[in-house]
Amino acid sequence: MLKNMKKTTKSNLITYGMVIAAFIIVQILTATGNISSLLEGLMVPLCIYSILAVSLNLVVGFLGELSLGHAGFMCVGAFTSAFFSKCVQDTITVAPLRFFLALLVGAAAAAVFGIIIGIPVLRLKGDYLAIVTLAFGEIIKNLVNVVWIGRDSNGFHFSMKDVMSLNMETDGQVIVNGPQGITGTPQDATFLAGILLVLVTLFIVTNLVHSRDGRAIMAIRDNRIAAESVGINVTKYKLMAFTISAALAGLAGVLYAHNLSTLTATTNNFGYNQSIMILVFVVLGGIGNIRGSVIAAVVLTLLPELLRGLSDYRMLIYAIVLIVMMLFNWAPKSIEWREKHLAFLKKKKNSPSAASAGADGRKEAR
Amino acid sequence: MSFISYLINGLSLGSVYAIIALGYTMVYGIAKMLNFAHGDVIMIGAYVALTCMTSAGLPPLVSVLIAVVACTVLGVLIERIAYKPLRNAASPLAVLITAIGVSYLLQNVALLIFGANNQSFQSVVSWAGLSLAGGALNITGETIVTIVVCVIIMVGLMLFIRKSKAGQAMRAVSEDKGAAQLMGINVNGTIALTFAIGSALAAVAGVLLCSAYPSLSPYTGAMPGIKAFVAAVFGGIGSIPGAFIGGILLGVIEILARAYISSQMADAIVFAVLIIVLLVKPTGILGKNVQEKV
Amino acid sequence: MKMKRVASLMLASVLAVGSLAACGNDSGSEGGESASSDTFKIGGIGPTTGDAAAYGIAVQNGAQLAVDEINADGGINGKQIEFKFEDDQNDSEKSVNAYNTLKDWGMQMLVGTVTSTPCTAVVEETHKDNMYQLTPSATAVESIQYDNAFRICFSDPSQGTASADYIADNGLATKVAVIYNSSDVYSSGIYQNFATEAQAKGLEVVAAEAFTADSKTDFSVQLQKAKDSGAELVFLPIYYQEASLILTQADRMGFDTTFFGCDGLDGILDVEGFDTSLAEGVMLLTPFTADAQDEKTQTFVKAYEEAFEIAPIQFAADAYDCIYAIKAAAEQAEITPDMSVSDLCDAMKTAMTEITIDGLTGSGITWDESGEPSKEAKAVIISNGTYEAM
Repeated sequence: MLKNMKKTTKSNLITYGMVIAAFIIVQILTATGNISSLLEGLMVPLCIYSILAVSLNLVVGFLGELSLGHAGFMCVGAFTSAFFSKCVQDTITVAPLRFFLALLVGAAAAAVFGIIIGIPVLRLKGDYLAIVTLAFGEIIKNLVNVVWIGRDSNGFHFSMKDVMSLNMETDGQVIVNGPQGITGTPQDATFLAGILLVLVTLFIVTNLVHSRDGRAIMAIRDNRIAAESVGINVTKYKLMAFTISAALAGLAGVLYAHNLSTLTATTNNFGYNQSIMILVFVVLGGIGNIRGSVIAAVVLTLLPELLRGLSDYRMLIYAIVLIVMMLFNWAPKSIEWREKHLAFLKKKKNSPSAASAGADGRKEAR
Repeated sequence: MSFISYLINGLSLGSVYAIIALGYTMVYGIAKMLNFAHGDVIMIGAYVALTCMTSAGLPPLVSVLIAVVACTVLGVLIERIAYKPLRNAASPLAVLITAIGVSYLLQNVALLIFGANNQSFQSVVSWAGLSLAGGALNITGETIVTIVVCVIIMVGLMLFIRKSKAGQAMRAVSEDKGAAQLMGINVNGTIALTFAIGSALAAVAGVLLCSAYPSLSPYTGAMPGIKAFVAAVFGGIGSIPGAFIGGILLGVIEILARAYISSQMADAIVFAVLIIVLLVKPTGILGKNVQEKV
Repeated sequence: MKMKRVASLMLASVLAVGSLAACGNDSGSEGGESASSDTFKIGGIGPTTGDAAAYGIAVQNGAQLAVDEINADGGINGKQIEFKFEDDQNDSEKSVNAYNTLKDWGMQMLVGTVTSTPCTAVVEETHKDNMYQLTPSATAVESIQYDNAFRICFSDPSQGTASADYIADNGLATKVAVIYNSSDVYSSGIYQNFATEAQAKGLEVVAAEAFTADSKTDFSVQLQKAKDSGAELVFLPIYYQEASLILTQADRMGFDTTFFGCDGLDGILDVEGFDTSLAEGVMLLTPFTADAQDEKTQTFVKAYEEAFEIAPIQFAADAYDCIYAIKAAAEQAEITPDMSVSDLCDAMKTAMTEITIDGLTGSGITWDESGEPSKEAKAVIISNGTYEAM
């Protein structure tokens, strides 16, 4: 037990160390002016996708349920926090304080949605659960596109039809403008804030997983009926994992909203395409492998940017690389081949059993 | 009167969803995988048929046949290269992600070959359709042909699966891969055959989709693909008549929601209905309820 | 455990190679910048993949054509132009990435971005860097909210208002139905302004039906409602792809009415395989039409078709005019490539308000400090398969 604890602590420390090292390296590069504008601009998005990947891994890897609506929670976090920031922009002028409050608002709203959606959804199983989460994600995206909120001297006006039916006075300001979303959100997100949030996310998820609650969650994943029979409250623990994951996705949404000055909900940023992309990070990095999620999120976000030199063939090559990476990482044949030819990479003590365990984090669940 | 015409429009949209959903549900039922690239195979099928008709000047029926052959080959190739190596992977999610990769790949290949501009598809149905009640109600030829083709395919598939040797092998593989193999069934061959049939259906679906809604771009398949996936789940994924019913219902609900509730929120309403159906009947309308065993 | 280690190692090595490549790019671009201060570096941003790719590719081609012509002709102030176009997939975040990539390349002026929402995100960055920006086709008001940004196309408010005015002033109809894309900034922006102006002008909007990006194949409901509402005219503030579907479906359901559109409809006659007889009688307000009779347009269309084997759409014409507007302003301001980005921007800002351009998308185009162009939209009607002035 003690030995085991040490191993996990060590592993966690490596993950934290990796993130902090990346931060320090980037800071040094920035200070000495050796970083390209592209990389500098990508730092906050990299944090966003790392947080999303880690938080989805909690549901997919540790709860063992497939969720295809993760971007929906990100959307909730983004819109509520951007709305909040727009409203208090003139009252709270200290950017870090305003951003901190926005984070709380975004995470809380996403958590509420996590509970509301989690209660019905978690009764379902497997692919049906996946499709219902996809449906919820699409509903959220669709509803965000039909909301108009404006503010004038009489207070707030709300409509679900169009901007004319807000009936505002002429001095009124439209804050949420239907499909045109929210423009002019203060750009409060910084790389430092992003890295801190990544660390917070890692801290929350790793601690949850290694806690008593986390073991209950994994027991449900491995055998629901057995878990139930030893008195584990299945609904409670499922909902707990789902809600925490939603709140963390909300945090990522807050970062997203405050990184760009414009926020709209489209299929590519908050629709099923994004949800699937986050799932790709999780699966490629190894299901249940938190460090893998971070690495995969970073690699797959950087990849299309680094492939820009290929111009027209960029997304084609990206697709091929994705397929090849999947085959390399997951195909039993490829795993066998790697065992034979890359034997020098592994230590003696973990020998045969890995063929079946493979890249599967479920069985190891660190 | 307008209600009836909405209903007819819903039927027309639903028949297109149904025919795509048949391919989805077929592959899911046997290979147990969500083939996210199905929508893009549809798009490729439509492009092949269109190229045959406009560039080579072939008659519609021949073009459709060529598209069917091309998609069958494509489907089997995809299965061999991208899905088969992952069949025994430690997690079923691996093959799902690869399917997404294949979907991106097909879209971008089409973008490079056919360009990004929308092309107007030449309808393969030359019959104008029915005009009822003095022209107040119009049922287009495309709608009728789609529904007829849909029913023929559905009945054909069901007969094939029930009666033929290969169909029985498919059912066996679907029930239990290991046991099927022990009984001497060629599991790999059976799954390849499933993909061949599914992709052939995709070609037909592509041609009919673009005949009914004549606009074709590399991204044409993506959204109908997702909607058809929803339709397949709606009807009970894996069930062939379920896909048909799910598709038709989805189309009708979508049109009626747009007509009577809100044209901006139609998508949300469709998904909300799906959620309600699944909460009441967790395996879809015609889905089998599998008892969980310890 | 070990598999994971192998996987991590592999990923880490990919990352390492990636970051090396990034550094390589970086140093390369810096080296390039100092070596080639003898050319103007103009960047472009727009979607060349994803479902808005048609617009981005057209802008890329149109701008490239103009750049090649100017270079062959001796360049701007005797200096050659280098043009580089980056993909943003119509996404704000990717658009900012594209902008940063171009900055690393040494971009001095930006043509872009093509679509409105990403443009609003990018203008924030160009404003910070004080980089001159001219967008060919971003129509939202916020897309050029700072003084460093200009546009060549009409803004949403001006198109919506102009359309309502035109319909009312010419007595085309009193009852109007609108079919618009509620998930698209361009379309919903025009609709909002159209509806406001229609009210002021006494037009009655009898049906306002939306569709979204997720359901843009079936328009039967929207058409049925427009038909049932007794509208005399259907206003389509949308792009030509959806419009071609709407016209086909209206024909199938036997709905015969007048359709009126904005510049987005331009290009409908060039949709491959589209039965142009369906578009007979469609009216649109547009600054550019591909088969307009003047010599300038015809030379452009011919050159474009030769170079890219496809007919140009209005986005290509906008981009073409952008490059020539930059040339005119650059010559007015007498800028040279060795000036800093910020100095270039300040010089161009002043020069833009002093020039007058006769382009493909209008003659006598001028700009004021707000960055909005002042140009005349031509109302055209489609008859006998071509656009005819009304």
